[in-house]
Amino acid sequence: MTLKLGVPSKGRLMEKTFDWFGARGINLARSGSDREYAGVVDGIENVSLILLSAGEIPRELAAGRIHLGVTGTDLIQEKLALWDQQVEPVEQLEFGHADLIIAVPTAWRDVDTLDDLDGAAAAFRAVHGFRMRIATKYHRLTRDFLRLAGVADYALVDSQGATEGTVKNETAEAIADITSSGETLRANHLKILSDGLILQSQATLWRSRVVDMDDADRASMAELNARLL
Amino acid sequence: MATRSETLVKAAALRAMFERHGAAVAEPPILQPAETLLDLYGEDIRARAYVTSDALRGEQMLRPDFTVPVVQMHMADGADPARYTYAGEVFRRQEHDPDRANEFMQVGFEVFDRTDPAAADAEVFSLFAKALDGLALRPVTGDIGVLMAAVDGLDTTARRKHALMRHIWRPRRFRALLERFAGRTPMPASRSALLAGSVMSDAPLVGLRSEAEIEARIAALKEDAAAPVISAMQVDLIEALLDVREVMPHALNRLLDLAVDMPQIAGAVARVAAREQALRGQGVDTDALMFEASYGRASMEYYDGFVFGFRASARPDLPAIASGGRYDALTRRLGQGDAIPAVGGVMRPGLMLELEGAL
Repeated sequence: MTLKLGVPSKGRLMEKTFDWFGARGINLARSGSDREYAGVVDGIENVSLILLSAGEIPRELAAGRIHLGVTGTDLIQEKLALWDQQVEPVEQLEFGHADLIIAVPTAWRDVDTLDDLDGAAAAFRAVHGFRMRIATKYHRLTRDFLRLAGVADYALVDSQGATEGTVKNETAEAIADITSSGETLRANHLKILSDGLILQSQATLWRSRVVDMDDADRASMAELNARLL
Repeated sequence: MATRSETLVKAAALRAMFERHGAAVAEPPILQPAETLLDLYGEDIRARAYVTSDALRGEQMLRPDFTVPVVQMHMADGADPARYTYAGEVFRRQEHDPDRANEFMQVGFEVFDRTDPAAADAEVFSLFAKALDGLALRPVTGDIGVLMAAVDGLDTTARRKHALMRHIWRPRRFRALLERFAGRTPMPASRSALLAGSVMSDAPLVGLRSEAEIEARIAALKEDAAAPVISAMQVDLIEALLDVREVMPHALNRLLDLAVDMPQIAGAVARVAAREQALRGQGVDTDALMFEASYGRASMEYYDGFVFGFRASARPDLPAIASGGRYDALTRRLGQGDAIPAVGGVMRPGLMLELEGAL
């Protein structure tokens, strides 16, 4: 058995993860051509690299098919029910910072808080005959957050990309999405509610709590931990 | 744990009992159009029900309860009065508690009858009490109608009453609104600035919500800020009402006392008293029966009058073994202009067998 380490298969998240491990003497690399999703590990024994979509890493950790994985807090909490029973954060990697937030049109000068959003949603439903639509791909996190805040008369609409554009396109009135600098929000004339922060996320190394390990795996895990901390 | 076939036998026996009592059998399909349920409950239902879809019929839900389809069926072509019973699986998404079942049998009984609501309440409750007899259960009753009457009778603006009514099912939000309307919580700085007219935006307006809607809300907020606060006495009375939690005779005395200072609840309290008489007439020992004014508020439901539940005394980990209540307003919403007083309840044969097995 080898310890399986799941890492995002492309983009900045992959590069930064490789850099982070590299700085700790563990060299990760894609093997072969750029198109091949296989990886090599250098600098530590008994660890293999699995390249995966960042969105699939939570599921693989929870299924115990990988021992360790790098992905955002947002994806872990959105995709895994009772996430803290299934995975454990090993280390925050200090990159991939992003906030999951609720945003509304900047021109809504009467809406600054969740309380305002609730009031505006009630009035919107009375005028338009349907609930205020909030576009997101983070359904569970957004719904739990709004329920705790006592916001009613909204409906979530699914948006898997270009979520900031849904308001202008009139397929949603507000959004719940990830932002890092807020630049895209401003460009789309949206503002963040002052109490609309659902979650602060960053790239994190997670350990699966459900994976089977033998003595050799445990030794490798201890060695890896010692190198990383 | 009872096996599925044992549970089916138990469910059939309970349904037969309701049939002998004169109920017609209702058998709504497992797949229900999602639209009705979404319209009734909003986004919360998605967290509680399984949604599926096909290209032809669109979104469908695995039946999270029987009441809504039974009410729809009755409002479409039911006799008047009518009694229905049913037995079958309901499906509830469980994302927070792995010990809660996501599929279980329910047996229910629903009464649509205009003649004597108190008698209908007592009929449902006493039938349930008989069916559950022998299990160590603790029955609790309440009445959402008393709280609704108290809110409706507040000396304040219609808009504030509407806001409180809208959140009557969300106790925390209800309390926060009440405190705000009573002037007990400071106004957020952004709200003060808005009311002072110092919030400007030169951003282009995107989306469906119009400038007229924004202005209408600002006007409403200004009007609200100018309205007198809800008096401390009225807030205290609502809080005293929510705290009523005693056996029926004492609770009734408390409610009658409160009705002296809150005359608007007198009618609702008289209905509680009439129900107590009717329950007594059906042989229910109301001297030992709990009445909790806030009972049933935290669950996402449609009850607007009498509510009841039976919980296992020795098993606080279990959900209610049986529960029910009056839902007159639901028949109006699903009745397309028509309405009929309605009361009913459900019980869980699987849990009943589990408790019987432990005896």
